[in-house]
Amino acid sequence: MGALLEVDDVVVKFGGVTAVNRANFTAERGQITGLIGPNGAGKTTCFNVITGLQRPTSGRVRYRDRDVSRWPVHKRAKHGIGRTFQRLEAFGSLSVRDNVRVAHDIHGGPLAWVRPSGRTSLEIDVLLDRVGIAEYADERADSVPTGTARLLELARALACNPQLLLLDEPSSGLDETETDAFGELLKDLAAEGAAILMVEHDMDLVMAVCDDIHVLDFGQIIASGTPAAVRTDPAVQRAYLGYAETDHEGDHTSEMGAVS
Amino acid sequence: MSSLFAFTLLGLFTGAAYAIMASGLVLTYTTTRVFNIAHGAFGMVLAFTFWDFTQRQGLPTVVSLILVLGVVAPAIGWFIQRFVTRGLGEGPVSVALVVTVGLLVGLIGLAQQIWKPQPRVLLPFYPETGWQLGDTYITAHQVITIVCSIIVALGLYLLLNRTRIGTAMRASVDNPDLLKLFGGRPDTVAALAWAIGMSLAALGGILLTPVVGLDYFSLTLLVINAYAAAMLGRLKSLPLTFAGAMGLGVLESWAVAYLPTDGFWSTIRPVIPALFLFAIVVIMPQAQLRIGQVKGIIAAPVPSMTRAAGSGGVLLAFAFVLISLVSRSDVLLIGVAATYAMVMLSLVLLTGYGGHVSLAQFTFAGVGALAYAKLDEPNLFGLAMAGLIAAGVGALVALPVLRLTGLYLALSTLAFAVLMDKMIFQAEYAFKFNGVLATERLSILGVRIGSDRSYVWFMVLSFVLMGLFLLWLRRGALGRLLIAMRDSPSGCGTLGLDLRWFRVGLFSLSAGMAGLAGGLFAGLRGTVGAADFLYFQSLLVLLLAVVFGVTSVTGAMLGGTALMLLPVWQSSAPSLAGLLFAVLGFGAVLLGRDPNGIANHLFKLGRLGTGRLLPQWEQQFRLRLDGLLKPGRPAPAHSIDRVDEAVTEPMTGPMNQGVS
Repeated sequence: MGALLEVDDVVVKFGGVTAVNRANFTAERGQITGLIGPNGAGKTTCFNVITGLQRPTSGRVRYRDRDVSRWPVHKRAKHGIGRTFQRLEAFGSLSVRDNVRVAHDIHGGPLAWVRPSGRTSLEIDVLLDRVGIAEYADERADSVPTGTARLLELARALACNPQLLLLDEPSSGLDETETDAFGELLKDLAAEGAAILMVEHDMDLVMAVCDDIHVLDFGQIIASGTPAAVRTDPAVQRAYLGYAETDHEGDHTSEMGAVS
Repeated sequence: MSSLFAFTLLGLFTGAAYAIMASGLVLTYTTTRVFNIAHGAFGMVLAFTFWDFTQRQGLPTVVSLILVLGVVAPAIGWFIQRFVTRGLGEGPVSVALVVTVGLLVGLIGLAQQIWKPQPRVLLPFYPETGWQLGDTYITAHQVITIVCSIIVALGLYLLLNRTRIGTAMRASVDNPDLLKLFGGRPDTVAALAWAIGMSLAALGGILLTPVVGLDYFSLTLLVINAYAAAMLGRLKSLPLTFAGAMGLGVLESWAVAYLPTDGFWSTIRPVIPALFLFAIVVIMPQAQLRIGQVKGIIAAPVPSMTRAAGSGGVLLAFAFVLISLVSRSDVLLIGVAATYAMVMLSLVLLTGYGGHVSLAQFTFAGVGALAYAKLDEPNLFGLAMAGLIAAGVGALVALPVLRLTGLYLALSTLAFAVLMDKMIFQAEYAFKFNGVLATERLSILGVRIGSDRSYVWFMVLSFVLMGLFLLWLRRGALGRLLIAMRDSPSGCGTLGLDLRWFRVGLFSLSAGMAGLAGGLFAGLRGTVGAADFLYFQSLLVLLLAVVFGVTSVTGAMLGGTALMLLPVWQSSAPSLAGLLFAVLGFGAVLLGRDPNGIANHLFKLGRLGTGRLLPQWEQQFRLRLDGLLKPGRPAPAHSIDRVDEAVTEPMTGPMNQGVS
């Protein structure tokens, strides 16, 4: 049996721009895999390809040993691919609790809509507590701080019991203590058997929690390996770590592509 | 064979005029993301203006043409972009649609007010001149049309590909924010696009007037032709738009030539654009979900079920008193208001909660009425069947656009409304041309509701029950899903919701509600005909629903009452009939950005009146105090302690990153 997720020679072109160029990487059950690279490297586009929001120009996505490249977004979600977004996609008009409840409802299907709400409420509260945002439960999702909204997206994804969890810059907006707690949560989730694939700019977090790291630059994987191996890879240092500290601009190429 | 050539040629001439109009539509849509449903209406007003200049003021044709195309049209385009549609492209599609529907209705009203109904003729250019080509006679007007379309095509090509502003226009299509960063001026680009688009609407309108007549409605409906043509190029590609327009023109011409001139087939010609449109929509590929669009919306408050039931009871009691006091004709008017209010409730579900726009809601009521009229002894079961049939038809309309997004669905409903209005409702198996069907009053458990007063009260009861059903829905899982889908379709999709079928279900439920209203309406009237369910009525229903608040049951009630009063006012002051439409349309333009409408302001006023704002302030004050006393405690979101957050996340609000 292969890895839970295999990204196989994926190419994504937007007009003349190649956002992802023959990317190959995997994510294993029970492991946290980091996907890092400078802004515009194509990380979010990779996520969109895996979740079905972006059709690849060529290449395949294999999940649980099946080619899911042509599956629609919702079908992949139903089969256990969950994600969070770099640009938040929380349901702004609903409360934090109702955001998670919607995920519950969708996951459970129409039958869950008539289930006694008491048990669901309990499960939701446990989940909110687990990601550490229980105190915001009754706030509108568009009024909570960015970091909280990201954790809310995580809680929402977890409500669907994902086997593969894609996290797009989950720690931005969190302070140091919160980030540490978040790192522990990720390790717990992985220990429970989930495969976690994470795009992240916080190198300390990435180095601390990831089992494996893939480095993207100009849409290509330029290095893969353990944190220690990637840290000392000269290609990575040249392409990324040198100016990673100062670069805070938006992920233009990948975002534009995703939106247009 | 030669006649095939002749009719193809004729079709190409009409197609050329469609192409001119459609290219204007594409230009404004691609540069500003606002689909101008009023594009044809602007063409209509400008064609009337041209008639005014040439026939009434007696200006020479060339001078009038230069004035209309070079001065009036661009000025209007600039004005509309600056003051009406600016910024609409970044908001929800439903708002942009409502605003431009408001423009459409307002322009028709304005035209009726300025140019009172009377036969008018706008002659073709050089009416005496023409040439014989084989056995086909080609008029100078046709040659001018095709030359104009070639000039427009070349002009647009040169503008977009060979000039700086054209490059900026193309850049603006991709990303206006980025364009601004690189020193471009998206506002100038947008204004120019609208100015040119309006001139093209005018030119198309003027060229087509000799074909379709100088008429408020037929010229307005040309937007469907333009839209159908533009859809071939997915509203983006100008060459494909031209191809689509030519194809449409030829199809129409062939229909005239080869279809029987009597019976069912004769009704097909006016609906060819709509059929053409459906055909294209069906073969269009799946639309991708977009990321980073609409965010949280402040909606009107949802009352508790007890409170809602209480209000419903009060309304029923009030209606009972009112119905027993007023005259018989006024009783019937209350029934009409209840019908409109119920149709608007179906829009509360679809538009207010779901964020989708339907321009055919009254047509669904017509389907319900038709089904009801076919019943021999209508009872509750029959009424339910009428609703189910309308729901089925609603699903059929949504199915072809299953794979597409909001705008296409809404525009398809307009095409559907026209299709029903001009073809199906007038067919032999329906109301027949200019015909009516007799209807019976509803019977409940074998008891016929004979008297007008009890029947109308029953209609009010139906409205109340429907409203309660809607609120129950809104408070439950389905309501949450609807709001979630409106806020973030991508979020729902990645959680496993199949948006396509969910949308069809929603659309079908909403159509079913409208169908029920239509059935009850048929029972009220005693006779119903195609004239009761004109497509234009659906636009009015949408506008008044939004103006009075499409997010609340109260809004639907007020909107229904207003729509009932509209013709009453119009008949009491016939000279101002058009003006009322204009006020309504342009009012919707002003109010369309807030779907909570007038009802929500009333709610606020009500809260102010009962002094409920005071405790709220008190609560906020307490929260702030708590925050100050316990600095270590994380801040509640709406307290002033959010300053802490601002330090860690400079310049970014929690949810507005998508537009940053």
